[in-house]
Amino acid sequence: MFLKLFYALKSSGVPVTIREYLDMLKGLEKGICNKSKIDDFYNFARLCLVKDEKYFDRFDLAFKNFYEFNKDFFLELKKQIPKDWIGDQLKKFFSEEMKKKVKNDKDWEEVLKEFEKILKEQEKKHQGGNKWIGTGGTSMYGNSGYNPKGIRVGGTSKNRSAVKVWDKREFKNLDDQISLNIRNIQVALRRLRKFARQSSELEFDLKSTIFSTSKNGGVLDIKFCPERTNKVRVLLFIDIGGSMDEHAQVSEEIFSAAHSEFKSLDFFYFHNCIYENVWKDNRRRSTNLTSIEEILRIYKKDTKIIIIGDALMSPYEIVHPGGSIEHWNELPGSYWIKKITNYFEKVIWLNPEKKNNWDFSQSTKILKELSNNMMFELNISGIESGMKELAK
Amino acid sequence: MKKKSFSGTNNYIASEQLIEAVNSSIILEKPLLVKGEPGTGKTRLAEEIAATFNTDLISWHIKSTTKAQQGLYEYDAVSRLRDSQLGNKKVHDIKNYIKEGVLWKSFILEKKPVLLIDEIDKADIEFPNDLLQELDRMEFFVYETGEIVSAKQRPIVVITSNNEKDLPDAFLRRCFFHYISFPDEKTLTDIVKVHHPNIKTNLLNYALSSFLEIRETPGLKKKPSTSELIDWLKLLLADDLKPEDFVKNKNNLLPPLYGALLKNEADVELFQKIAFMSRRES
Repeated sequence: MFLKLFYALKSSGVPVTIREYLDMLKGLEKGICNKSKIDDFYNFARLCLVKDEKYFDRFDLAFKNFYEFNKDFFLELKKQIPKDWIGDQLKKFFSEEMKKKVKNDKDWEEVLKEFEKILKEQEKKHQGGNKWIGTGGTSMYGNSGYNPKGIRVGGTSKNRSAVKVWDKREFKNLDDQISLNIRNIQVALRRLRKFARQSSELEFDLKSTIFSTSKNGGVLDIKFCPERTNKVRVLLFIDIGGSMDEHAQVSEEIFSAAHSEFKSLDFFYFHNCIYENVWKDNRRRSTNLTSIEEILRIYKKDTKIIIIGDALMSPYEIVHPGGSIEHWNELPGSYWIKKITNYFEKVIWLNPEKKNNWDFSQSTKILKELSNNMMFELNISGIESGMKELAK
Repeated sequence: MKKKSFSGTNNYIASEQLIEAVNSSIILEKPLLVKGEPGTGKTRLAEEIAATFNTDLISWHIKSTTKAQQGLYEYDAVSRLRDSQLGNKKVHDIKNYIKEGVLWKSFILEKKPVLLIDEIDKADIEFPNDLLQELDRMEFFVYETGEIVSAKQRPIVVITSNNEKDLPDAFLRRCFFHYISFPDEKTLTDIVKVHHPNIKTNLLNYALSSFLEIRETPGLKKKPSTSELIDWLKLLLADDLKPEDFVKNKNNLLPPLYGALLKNEADVELFQKIAFMSRRES
């Protein structure tokens, strides 16, 4: 039965493995969580199976489905009804006539039997999809700590019902496919760090010390080497104007926040597609232009290029001379983009549009091809896979 | 009297989920990985577990330069080399140059200790991978002497992380994971009462509401944490402030001694601005 939960998690993208599943079974065998409390099981399953808070929300959803499907099983577990609970609730449950009956002849045991019969009947109805527990309004279960949906968590003094825990979805904004906060991105960008030994010699160099010591006939000769420093240079091209305005600001913030991660970080703007010129200051774009030719001359080949743009435009703007909507361009945008991807070793395109929509736009398809399929969605997981690509 | 399970202590309020997480990881003998906002008591947890079971706490604070090997043992080749050059007799026994690491120390204790590996994400990306086998089997091999060190008692392992780096999957598979969320108002009150039992309810209410107000200010660079709240209250008590001091006026929109909560001048400015605007609206 728990396998269903396992597969539900797998298909919702939570990385679970068999080992974790076995651990969970082992824990259940050892009786770690009290079977009658679904809350406990929820906590324990999450403890075993989920290893990152960004998956908590997906776990909650999967667990909810799992629970809905397996309600009957949990009901089985619940067949043993706590006696004191019955004592409390009986008066509310039975009608006046029945109360009289109780008073008159039937003894306590029989009353309990009657109660169980009714309970069973109710369960059947519940299985049949008739939610009369929930919609009954004056449900006898309402007061006892039973969930109005007909889900049993009762018998405990805690009134917090099980369903609420995962229905609250507290961890929604920790899910990496949704949120994009600067700190997360910083972590993602760290993948780019690449170290190289340059500058002054500060660290003890074992290898050359051994070498020169043995050369010296065993008399110590200590050697030093430079410390490791980060040498990654990043160049950003950001699409600005129109639909991209809000994205551009976010991207700038993101990458300037990660500035310390790189040796150098520079950015240029373009509109819709890259043509012969890009600019640094959006207000003075008519006068302060930098040509792509010059960029290719200044920046080294191993500079990592990140282009951020939604790639939404008319295909003519990319493939035809004079396609630009702002000026007359002698050469088509595709020529300049090819030039960039050919010169620099690593180029990726980050697209703030949802990945599912890419196929509907001709221009996106063209640009994806032009960037050698290195187009990633601008969210945490997209940035992460993009950075992996850049760091290769 | 030896206690069998962890249930929080007099000085530490633990949520039910956390208690279950700790007990499960003790029963199944798995390391417990704890994440959460800074200042939610991740490191304190290990101390409190040790206190509950009345056992030793061995902590290993990880830095960016920490290597996994340092936790096992270190072979001091340089001093042996020096001794050999000076003709010291110690040089003949290699054991003289092997220094026990944290893990080794925790393995040889008679009583099950608590081993805290603090801020594991500070270390190099490969660091957790280098500890897989050691944490799994609780034993390791010393090359230099050819001996195998294995744990007399599997220590209770608590690992904390601040999420600065992703941990490798192989490592995560071997751990239990718990995320300490920020406490709700009631739990927060309980926590404060544990630390400052004599605080007046009035003052506490004022302080808590201004603390939560600050936390809820959108766009703060750094939200104040539980531990900062406790420090702040300590300051308030030391200065013997009255609830009246919390009444805001035109000239002063900030709570007293705000420096303990807001640690960034941009944040102070932002909070002031928002407080001013909400004042004007009301």
